[in-house]
Amino acid sequence: MAIFLDENSKILVQGMTGSEGTKHTRRMVASGTNVVAGVTPGKGGQEVDGIPVFNSVQEAVAATGANVSVVFVPPKFTKGAVIEAVDAQVPLCVVITEGVPVHDTASFFQYAQNAGTTRVIGPNCPGLISPGKSNAGIIPGDITQSGRIGLVSKSGTLTYQMMFELRDIGFSTCVGIGGDPIIGTTHIDALAAFQADPNTEVIVMIGEIGGDAEERAAAFIKDNVTKPVVGYVAGFTAPEGKTMGHAGAIVSGSSGTAAAKQSALEAVGVKVGKTPSEAARLVRELLK
Amino acid sequence: MDLYEYQAKDLFAAHNVPVVPGKVCTTAEEARAAAAEIGGLVVVKAQVKVGGRGKAGGVKLAQTPDEAFEHATNILGLDIKGHTVRKILVAAAADIETEYYVSFLLDRTNRSFLAMASVEGGMEIEEVAATKPEALAKIRVDAIEGCTKEKATEIVEAANFPADVRDQIVDILQNLWNVLVKEDATLVEVNPLAKTPEGVVLALDGKVSLDDNASYRHEAHAALVDNSETDPIELRATELDLNYVKLDGEVGIIGNGAGLVMSTLDVVAYAGEEFGGVKPANFLDIGGGASAQVMANGLDIVLGDPDVKAVFVNVFGGITACDAVANGIVQAVAMLADRGEPVTKPIVCRIDGNNAAEGRRILDESGIALIERVETMDDAARRVAQLAAGK
Repeated sequence: MAIFLDENSKILVQGMTGSEGTKHTRRMVASGTNVVAGVTPGKGGQEVDGIPVFNSVQEAVAATGANVSVVFVPPKFTKGAVIEAVDAQVPLCVVITEGVPVHDTASFFQYAQNAGTTRVIGPNCPGLISPGKSNAGIIPGDITQSGRIGLVSKSGTLTYQMMFELRDIGFSTCVGIGGDPIIGTTHIDALAAFQADPNTEVIVMIGEIGGDAEERAAAFIKDNVTKPVVGYVAGFTAPEGKTMGHAGAIVSGSSGTAAAKQSALEAVGVKVGKTPSEAARLVRELLK
Repeated sequence: MDLYEYQAKDLFAAHNVPVVPGKVCTTAEEARAAAAEIGGLVVVKAQVKVGGRGKAGGVKLAQTPDEAFEHATNILGLDIKGHTVRKILVAAAADIETEYYVSFLLDRTNRSFLAMASVEGGMEIEEVAATKPEALAKIRVDAIEGCTKEKATEIVEAANFPADVRDQIVDILQNLWNVLVKEDATLVEVNPLAKTPEGVVLALDGKVSLDDNASYRHEAHAALVDNSETDPIELRATELDLNYVKLDGEVGIIGNGAGLVMSTLDVVAYAGEEFGGVKPANFLDIGGGASAQVMANGLDIVLGDPDVKAVFVNVFGGITACDAVANGIVQAVAMLADRGEPVTKPIVCRIDGNNAAEGRRILDESGIALIERVETMDDAARRVAQLAAGK
């Protein structure tokens, strides 16, 4: 088992004929992913490494039964691309694109909520991987193997770092939810799914400064999660009022600090590592 | 990007939110001329992107152009919470009967927008929220439906605005929503929204934050950028398309991915506690898939900071290839030597992930004595803190 993505996932890539789209399609295929279609308006009928390209998501879904879309289109086309995936009722839409205006994200997220048919992950995220089963996005497929840990993270490279630290134990699913101010899938959504997944024994949650998603996740854990959770929060040394790389990573006044997030998590029994390596050690102890 | 008050008011005016006419000035002479042109009582206001200007002496009333000159002389150059006043706004001083508050902002928690309104305007809204939460109405605004007339009416009723100003504020709210959406803002705030004795409602002060991700569709916003307060190293980094934030420590940091770099800063600060409080000197994210050139640019920027005593390159290659990172480091060292600025500071490197073995080989065989390779992130942080402390 895994969450959101498994061996039955049939992936279509929106923006497959672009350079990033083509590059990452190849990487996904190389890690054993079933990529069934690409979508680029005006390029229907072409192929990328033998994978058919369609003009619209609707056509691609009708022809291939694709049930996951991975979006690589540039920021100015992202809103339209997600709305197209929602209209085609694709159950999972993973938005890799960085730099999407937040009004566009607010709008396509609301659109997906209203439709009720599509889970959006991202934008500005590395996607998700269920090792050995499927890989939707840009997470390297060869860092780790299938295993018992579930990982949810705002940060791409910290996801890779944690996968690497615990590569011998392996992961059920690693979900990169992205570092934008508005994201389609939150820590809470992933925590709920990992709690329900029989193959996940320990959950690792990586957060960072900005917003209150980690505090809300802590409240959720208290009431709903019985599996052990290990946390890590980045950004203790970030100054107030400065955006630290991710559009959402900003301490505003006294809110959104790493210290507040850490104490909220610790207050509900989450063990929080001081460094990524320490968080990895805490996971090992739990699985001994 | 946060805007100055005068820039915010320009955007308000462009979307029919009523403001008081004013002029932005950079000299006291200009302020005198502006006061003469506006006529009557004027207010001279420091333009800095921080609250509490009035308390700091940055807002003064002037009866005459000469008085405006005098206030401008005192306010220009004033330091307000670390911000130097370089511009002032001279505006007609409105007669104020009552002060209100309205704003729209991005609501991260609910992944939507939020309207806030209060009849208690004029003071910091955080203070109203803390001391009189019942006086602050908070209404969710749907990203797709927007602030319709019905929604604006709901806000006005929730905030309990008096009947005689409701129609005006309903219009103002809809226009203010247009500022938020059409300008791609994440915050638009009017405080105070004032009512004059004649019953006219005006935006007397304004705060606007624009979404940098949307700048591609707002050519006019480029003119709003003001770099007078920006650190010169940050400016150079921006020119090179690098994501850099200057901090106040001694260890230069380069990494890939915002989360990993933030984490690197923290790990260095922890390690630094052992060595007399050594801290990170900067945040620098070279991003995903970085080439050797990007790595070389990054090292150039970080080594150009005189505060830096040692550098920590911390890369986990996902898309980024570690051999490209290693080549970038070696190239940067050679490039700086060619430029007559040979590297004299130690560079501690930890590289893992995509093509790490080749990257490590390149570094180990480079023959550059200042490069020190350490296997893990925690150990590397400790080593670089030690080097920066000169121990």
